[in-house]
Amino acid sequence: MSVLRPRVSVLTREQIEAVVADAVRTLETVGFFVENGPALELLGAAGVRLDGQRAHPSEGQLRHALATAPPRIVVYDRDGTPALDLGGDAVHFDPGSAALHVLDPVTRRRRSPTTRDLAHLAWVTEGCRHIAGGSTALVPSDVPEALGDRWRVLLALLHGRKPMATGTFQKDGFAVMHRLLAAVRGGDEALRHKPLAIFDCCPTPPLKWSDLTCQALLDCARTGVPAELVSMPLGGITSPVTVREMIVLHCAESLSGVLIHQLAGPGSPIIWGGSPASVDMRHGTTPMGAVETMLVDVGNAQVGKHLGVPTHAYMGMSDAKGLDFQCGLESGVGALLGALAGVNLIAGPGMLDFETTQSLEKLVLDNEVCGMALRAVQGVSETSAGEAVDLLRQVVEVGSFLAHPHTRAHFRQELLIPGRTIDRGSYGDWEAAGGPDAWASAHAEVQRILARGNPAPLDESLQAELLAIMTAECARLGLPGLPADPLP
Amino acid sequence: MAHEELLAGLRQAVLDCDEPRAARLAREALDTGMPALRAIDGGLVPGIQEAGRLWDEGEFFLPELVGAAGAMKAAMAVLQPALAGGGSRELGRIVIGTVQGDIHDIGKSLVATLLAANGFAVSDEGADVPVERFVTRARELDADLVCASALLTTTMVQQRTLVEALRAAGLRARVMVGGAPVTPAWAAQIGAAGFADNAVAAVAVARGLVRS
Repeated sequence: MSVLRPRVSVLTREQIEAVVADAVRTLETVGFFVENGPALELLGAAGVRLDGQRAHPSEGQLRHALATAPPRIVVYDRDGTPALDLGGDAVHFDPGSAALHVLDPVTRRRRSPTTRDLAHLAWVTEGCRHIAGGSTALVPSDVPEALGDRWRVLLALLHGRKPMATGTFQKDGFAVMHRLLAAVRGGDEALRHKPLAIFDCCPTPPLKWSDLTCQALLDCARTGVPAELVSMPLGGITSPVTVREMIVLHCAESLSGVLIHQLAGPGSPIIWGGSPASVDMRHGTTPMGAVETMLVDVGNAQVGKHLGVPTHAYMGMSDAKGLDFQCGLESGVGALLGALAGVNLIAGPGMLDFETTQSLEKLVLDNEVCGMALRAVQGVSETSAGEAVDLLRQVVEVGSFLAHPHTRAHFRQELLIPGRTIDRGSYGDWEAAGGPDAWASAHAEVQRILARGNPAPLDESLQAELLAIMTAECARLGLPGLPADPLP
Repeated sequence: MAHEELLAGLRQAVLDCDEPRAARLAREALDTGMPALRAIDGGLVPGIQEAGRLWDEGEFFLPELVGAAGAMKAAMAVLQPALAGGGSRELGRIVIGTVQGDIHDIGKSLVATLLAANGFAVSDEGADVPVERFVTRARELDADLVCASALLTTTMVQQRTLVEALRAAGLRARVMVGGAPVTPAWAAQIGAAGFADNAVAAVAVARGLVRS
């Protein structure tokens, strides 16, 4: 069966090439700033022209780096089963990260997330069948800041099977996070062979690599842990306001990331990701649900595909403060455009309010958004010519296909069967259920999932090993013990 | 094949919506000397009940529901003649149709299929059925129930006319109504004895009505 994949694009091939040419010229002439010493040494050793802490790579050096970056990355779940196939036009979703707040379903107001919220986030992610990846999407407020990044990885491993997108908050975070992941996978080489986590590495616009994020890039490259470039031009503030120039800046920053990364670990997996945003010129905010933001994301994905690297974008999120019309609109349009653009990994589900607030209730609603987007890109399955004629001939007298074997054989593949939060019942059913709105049906679904407890408890000896690593880390940081119960 | 195995096979054939297999196993059951009643009660009925349960759980969908009913019907066609006293095992007699002016047939046919699969003797009058036709057929069959479907708000009123006409004719048949615009409140308002908004519920309501 062949299918025409529905697709959206915002740039022609010629326009993509022109964008890349502009980005290359920007790097050659303007250069990029590097705060990290070892990265500067690497660049210098590779013959990149350095002007103080500013690097000016040539087109050839950038092309060489792109040539060694792998076009496809497979990320495996905790059990070692392939979960994310990042390459080509494959599309996967994972919860948007990393929120400073969680939306409380009772007060419907944001509050500080805790370790328990992190565990519940993993449980709910496990329960969302259209969301293939997990994410350490909350910043826990009940553990010391110095421990936050590694604590999140511990929690994700203890409470979920799906692979995770994560990132470091401190330079010394990577080593412990890597140790936790390698313990579950059965060693450093096993983890390199079967990645379990993706690390976000964010340049600072315009054209800067901070010491911390640059270090993450180097650490990922050397260990083979997939790095995800998250360039975030803000149109009109840290970037030119025009969509095309935002794509150029994104391309330049991403190329600089690929260069540093591939110099540190040629052939290591790297993802062309991003979190650009247009700017609301009244409020000075950076709306992720703005349509121009989505245009930039689609353009970035086209550029990444053209350059032959897996792609990522923050899409399918909203700037609304609750589960309302704006929330559904922005999440739905973003997720669908991202899927139609063939973005390999779309981070967004659950996220509200300019990437600051995660909501478990939104996550289960977004699961349906993701399902719809994934079904859309499956397109129209091609059956044999004349099949309709035969089927209609058989059924025209009976008048209904409901009992026909053809219907039974195909409806589950053809129809996206929605979950409980999508109402396709009668008015009477809805009324009898108490007339639930989005909040009520989403909250009920979350409660159903949480009531089942940890859906993916970790093997006891592995659990003990992870807790021992974390206990040792707490001691190293001078903490009296684990700051919270990781198995709430 | 042992009797237990045959019964399990019949049950599975219903769940698999496999009409030829259900009919074949029904014949095998009779050939091995199994009473038809046992094949029905021990094989087909558990199968269709399981289908109903899977429907309630959200595992089965309409095509599977009608498919299971179809398989049950195919096996019943084999077993029915072998039942002692002919077709006397029916739960009750039902006349069903979509009211006059309304040609929507699918929901009504689904209800008819499931009622038949669950042991009712069902006379499906099709769509666009005049009230007089419902009354005549109810009288001829001495029906326990008359089921009337309406998919349009403009044809719903026919259900009220039907209730009144059956009462005026002095027939014992009770009325069950259904269809997209129909609500329990409407059913109560027009004096219908039963209401169901899906085919599985219709079977349960019909069972309750013929018992009471």
